[in-house]
Amino acid sequence: MRILLDKFSKSFGSTKIIEDMDLEVGSGEMLALLGPSGCGKSTTLFAVCGIHRPTAGRILFGDRDVTHLPSQERNVGVVFQSYALYPHMTVEENIGFPLMVKRIASADIKKQVADIAALVHIGDLLGRRPAQLSGGQQQRVALARALIRRPDVLLLDEPLANLDAKLRLEMRSEIRRLQKETGITAILVTHDQVEAMSMCDRIAIMKSGEIVQIATPSEMYKDPRTSFVASFLGNPPISFLKGKVQQGAFVLGENGLRLPLAAVSGIPDGTPLSLGVRPEHFGTTAGIPVEGKVVFAETQGRENLYDVVLPDGSVLRSIQPVRDDVKPGDSVRWHLDSASTFVFAEDGRRL
Amino acid sequence: MAEKPQTSANFSSLPVILLLGFFSLPLLVMYAYLFIDTISDTEVGSLTPSEFTLRHWSFLWETKTGKPNIWLVTLNTFIFASCITGVILTVSSMAGYVLSRLNVPARGFFLAGVMVLHAFPSVTLIIAIFIVLQWIGLYNSLIGVILVKAAVELPLGIWLMKGFYDTVPWEIEMAGTIDGASRFTVWRRLVLPQIKPAMMALGLFSFLTGWSEFIMPQVLAPGAKVQVLSVYLASLIIDDNNFDFGTFKAVGVFYVVPVLILYVFFQKHLMNIYGGGSKG
Ligand SMILES: Nc1ncnc2c1ncn2[C@@H]1O[C@H](COP(=O)(O)OP(=O)(O)OP(=O)(O)O)[C@@H](O)[C@H]1O
Ligand SMILES: [Mg+2]
Repeated sequence: MRILLDKFSKSFGSTKIIEDMDLEVGSGEMLALLGPSGCGKSTTLFAVCGIHRPTAGRILFGDRDVTHLPSQERNVGVVFQSYALYPHMTVEENIGFPLMVKRIASADIKKQVADIAALVHIGDLLGRRPAQLSGGQQQRVALARALIRRPDVLLLDEPLANLDAKLRLEMRSEIRRLQKETGITAILVTHDQVEAMSMCDRIAIMKSGEIVQIATPSEMYKDPRTSFVASFLGNPPISFLKGKVQQGAFVLGENGLRLPLAAVSGIPDGTPLSLGVRPEHFGTTAGIPVEGKVVFAETQGRENLYDVVLPDGSVLRSIQPVRDDVKPGDSVRWHLDSASTFVFAEDGRRL
Repeated sequence: MAEKPQTSANFSSLPVILLLGFFSLPLLVMYAYLFIDTISDTEVGSLTPSEFTLRHWSFLWETKTGKPNIWLVTLNTFIFASCITGVILTVSSMAGYVLSRLNVPARGFFLAGVMVLHAFPSVTLIIAIFIVLQWIGLYNSLIGVILVKAAVELPLGIWLMKGFYDTVPWEIEMAGTIDGASRFTVWRRLVLPQIKPAMMALGLFSFLTGWSEFIMPQVLAPGAKVQVLSVYLASLIIDDNNFDFGTFKAVGVFYVVPVLILYVFFQKHLMNIYGGGSKG
């Protein structure tokens, strides 16, 4: 079912958290709300599930206006960051609770709980209490409880934040599998870009209550609209060079490195700019040679990561296939693929 | 949660036990002597009892002239204490939730009011209450004194419950409403179970305050039919004509036994009050 936020605003008292947000999530789509802490992701999510009343604007599920519907009647499933399992109930009672309040016959509940528990692979834990489960198991219980009512919409508020790295990887594909299997419309709140990129059809990047850009993960990676978006996606992160325009080229520092760039043409001389260079675009086989000194090297198994300081003091990051010939302290002359760089105006706009 | 006492390696508990034992000894001796005194006769001026007798306990099977039957009095006390407990638990579990969670108008005023009421010495009101009870016809009835005593104890109960509700995470309630439960169901099925240890403790404390209350029943319900044990006990010493110290002590022991039994049974729950919150 499609979710539509139409000019949605939310303030707490006099502090405006979100203003005039427009957001559409297509039916069966999984959308990531990605942004730094405190930008209003949870607030948006809580408005969708009915815990927060919007200050202004409308929320639609399909064509149904649910803005003033209490959360009991919205038929949404939510997985909270803390899981919010009911500590005094067994796993079975936890998962069955949404059906119990609907006064469904207990034999039916038992059967449906068993089905959904099998789906999330916790069939043998039904008799336990939440305190007797590991984080990953609790997470699955929370997921099962959210799914058992066959909700129109599934909302996940940083569901993986409390898990260790390996489990996180596992649950990432698990959640995606369930979402696809059930064909449910889902919103995933996260501040982990890897999670957003690997799990979702589209990403909405938020910054202080505003959506900066919505796009598919690959589009957003290749074509960020602002420097904020560029810095948020990618691991290891993008590095920025501060410079000025000089005769149709980007010039670093005083008479430093000169990069002729198409994006710069037509901009008056002396305009301050910043250039975003992803680590995979520095240290390539072709491009403009750049001299610098390696100050940091780290191997990540298949690849090596280098920090290179340029003569003017700015730092470029480079990721390359493993090689043993470069150590910290070495001077290098590597190529920069200038065609793949991003040029940003001083206010962060992409040019 | 039933933790075994642990002896830490670098610290011997024996001296502490000895010291505590030594200082508790006078108390123990007093209690033992109280009990021995009720089942024996002692000659005047002597400290050691001279003969065994059940004479002092005879109030259990024969009703003294001018005094109500002890079993009726005990029953009254039970009704009094239980009803108070019931009222306090019901009202404070609900009012505490409302004050902790719902956005009611004048919430701050209510909170402050509850606090002030708790600090207010209720004895100063007793004349006014007396007049009111007489006026509405509840003077000398158990219901009247139960209502008054429960009302006086409620502020503390409400305040305590509010504090315990504050420790229950919001997410549980959010999850509950999203799962389709009404606010009442959420309270009843999800939140209330989280504060069960606190309810246990409050219930026990309420029962004990009810059990030991003297002033209110004495003033508001002194009649023979509605007398409670504390009033009965007091009437024994007030009675100058046939002053019976042995019986007084025996009734005292009789009065305190249920309290001891309660403590034994509920000790675990009392300890749990600190372990409340959202643990499984
Ligand atoms: N009940 C509230 N009253 C007042 N301000 C609030 C309330 N809830 C949230 N806020 C504020 O709204 C802003 C957005 O909060 P929100 O919880 O949506 O952040 P978030 O994007 O989910 O962050 P995080 O990643 O840390 O969870 C924050 O600045 C927060 O302080
Ligand atoms: Mg959040």
